[in-house]
Amino acid sequence: MGFSKDQLLNRLQELEIDYTKYEHPPVLTVEAQAKYVSSSEGALSKNLFFKDKKHRYYIVSAMVDTKVDMKVLSQRLGLGKGGIRMAPEEALTQLLQVSLECVTPFAVVNESARDVSLLLDQNFKNQKRCIFHPLSNEVSVSLNTSGLDKFLKSIERDPVYVDLEANPAVGKDQPPDLAVYVPSNSVVIPEISNETSTKQTPPPKSVSAEVKPVASGMPSDVSAKPSKPATKGKSVVVEKSTPLAFKNPEKFVEEIMDKTSALLLSEAKVENVEALAETLRKRLTSELTHLAIMYKNTAYTEGFHAGKHSQPKRL
Amino acid sequence: MEVDKKDENESESSEQVVNPWEVSAKDGGKIDYDKLIDKFGCQRLDESLIDRVQRLTSRQPHVFLRRGVFFAHRDFNEILDAYEKGDKFYLYTGRGPSSEALHLGHLIPFMFTKYLQEAFKVPLVIQLTDDEKCMWKNLSVEESQRLARENAKDIIACGFDVTKTFIFSDFDYVGGAFYKNMVKVSKCVTLNKAMGIFGFSGEDHIGKLSFPPVQAVPSFPSSFPHLFPGKDNLRCLIPCAIDQDPYFRMTRDVAPRLGYSKPALIESSFFPALQGENGKMSASDPNSAIYVTDTAKDIKNKINKYAFSGGQDSVEKHRELGANLEVDIPVKYLSFFLEDDSELEHIKKEYGEGRMLTGEVKKKLTEVLTEMVERHRRSRAAVTDEMVDAFMAVRPLPSMFE
Repeated sequence: MGFSKDQLLNRLQELEIDYTKYEHPPVLTVEAQAKYVSSSEGALSKNLFFKDKKHRYYIVSAMVDTKVDMKVLSQRLGLGKGGIRMAPEEALTQLLQVSLECVTPFAVVNESARDVSLLLDQNFKNQKRCIFHPLSNEVSVSLNTSGLDKFLKSIERDPVYVDLEANPAVGKDQPPDLAVYVPSNSVVIPEISNETSTKQTPPPKSVSAEVKPVASGMPSDVSAKPSKPATKGKSVVVEKSTPLAFKNPEKFVEEIMDKTSALLLSEAKVENVEALAETLRKRLTSELTHLAIMYKNTAYTEGFHAGKHSQPKRL
Repeated sequence: MEVDKKDENESESSEQVVNPWEVSAKDGGKIDYDKLIDKFGCQRLDESLIDRVQRLTSRQPHVFLRRGVFFAHRDFNEILDAYEKGDKFYLYTGRGPSSEALHLGHLIPFMFTKYLQEAFKVPLVIQLTDDEKCMWKNLSVEESQRLARENAKDIIACGFDVTKTFIFSDFDYVGGAFYKNMVKVSKCVTLNKAMGIFGFSGEDHIGKLSFPPVQAVPSFPSSFPHLFPGKDNLRCLIPCAIDQDPYFRMTRDVAPRLGYSKPALIESSFFPALQGENGKMSASDPNSAIYVTDTAKDIKNKINKYAFSGGQDSVEKHRELGANLEVDIPVKYLSFFLEDDSELEHIKKEYGEGRMLTGEVKKKLTEVLTEMVERHRRSRAAVTDEMVDAFMAVRPLPSMFE
């Protein structure tokens, strides 16, 4: 399985990289993270996970104020204007082995992410310290870019810093300046189908590591399409929704446990256990019911799709 | 169905005007709901009915009932009588998909209907009047159909149970048994009557004239043979905003002549614009309302800058006189959306007596609304086109009463 937060932090210590750790309740957005880690500790980052049409993946890690224009980036990578889009959640969990709300440069430590290109904001270099999630959205670490570089080199990656806001002309005589950072290998992730045009996926030159078997009964063209709302929205921060919680029983239960324990922790000062139980019940019932309804609706929709596409019994 | 508050005409009349296409108060003041109830001939929803709902559903009544947002009804007590005896009913509500941008006011009837579905365990039909918008707003057929589907996603995100909910658009569904009922209803309403109820004139195109039956017939179970076969006596309850009353007065008038039960209604007051009761909530002014696509930053900004405050001009004056709760928008919005009764009471008391300042009330409101909008956005992100297809499929709902 993927690297855990603790394994990562141990590795940083082994490498004698200086970092500061902040623990907090799980945060789903940069705004929420900012509540617990003040900007005096370092520059917060926004972390985006993209894919291109040839199933190659990119992490772009930038300062919150840096404008990341996907069209420009796509052109600079030599992929044309609309060549990249937000990667679907399945890709995130399978390649980076983190949840949607903690995309981080550290995710490339996983073997499954070896073909993912990592582009870092040049502006990080001007900061004393920068803040990333160390593979968990309940912790943030701040460290200097030299520390990050040391870490990346230790896993045989060259740190790549890019002026993300630059918009150089790309044409016949000016080749795309970031094309060199496009991964040489594409990655096949089963279970997703956001390519409506091509039915067959390009033959992978390297099979992606830790491919999970297709879940039984799930038709291959049911898609969660979490990438759509992210590209439509005005903010460039990673869409922090968890549509997987509505589809996958484990994620569903995890979401329930997360919410319950977060509430439990924040209400821990209540006098007696009965009152606490009552508060939990009162505060969580409507929200969890809502979650359950979306789960039910999603399951029904998948069945509906299966019904529509099922073939008559062979006689 | 037009469920949002609109003020189409600038009529500073001596009488208030409330109909599906215009809502304006007397002399630019506040809507007089008592007068409205009198004029329309519907009933006030009193405490005893709310208690009865609590007893029958074994759960706390929805915040909109407790705070008097849904305040009027027709025959709701009969629905409850029948329910007590074991006779179920179904719910019918709808939306006129005129724009993609939905604000909180639009969600109110759906939030309440979802509660009714859960509390009473009954099925629901949702009508998307794309034909109406095509006619009244002069949209193309394709655009109104597209908007209907987009709006359906926001509606689904409110948390309706797909095993008990049928969503349909008029362009898709009108025909068959539904159309037969439409013709039956049309035969019972003269041109003069329609002009009287809806204010049509010789200048209006005939599409408009023939629309009211479309909104009327979902009140009759025989319009949905795939849902209610053989259940011609199943009663219907319609949660809607009170400006829709004319459609259903007409329907209730016609029903006995067709041998159908009259639909019951449960009606809400209007959701005020950010700038105050007298303000107009309009799609062209994004600062008049909180939209479901607003970011946390937008919400905070809108509330701080545009929400009309009933607080005094200076802190000293405020501590002395307290806030004017009658006109204060943040407190009004909190009365819609803050679940905890005691917390709301506390805020009203402290703010009204000057000990709490506007900033604090606005902060609380921002929290509450941000959480709501966030939750809506997350659910909305999970609604796929396929899910919309599932909700809109003409299919039986075998567990609709479970």
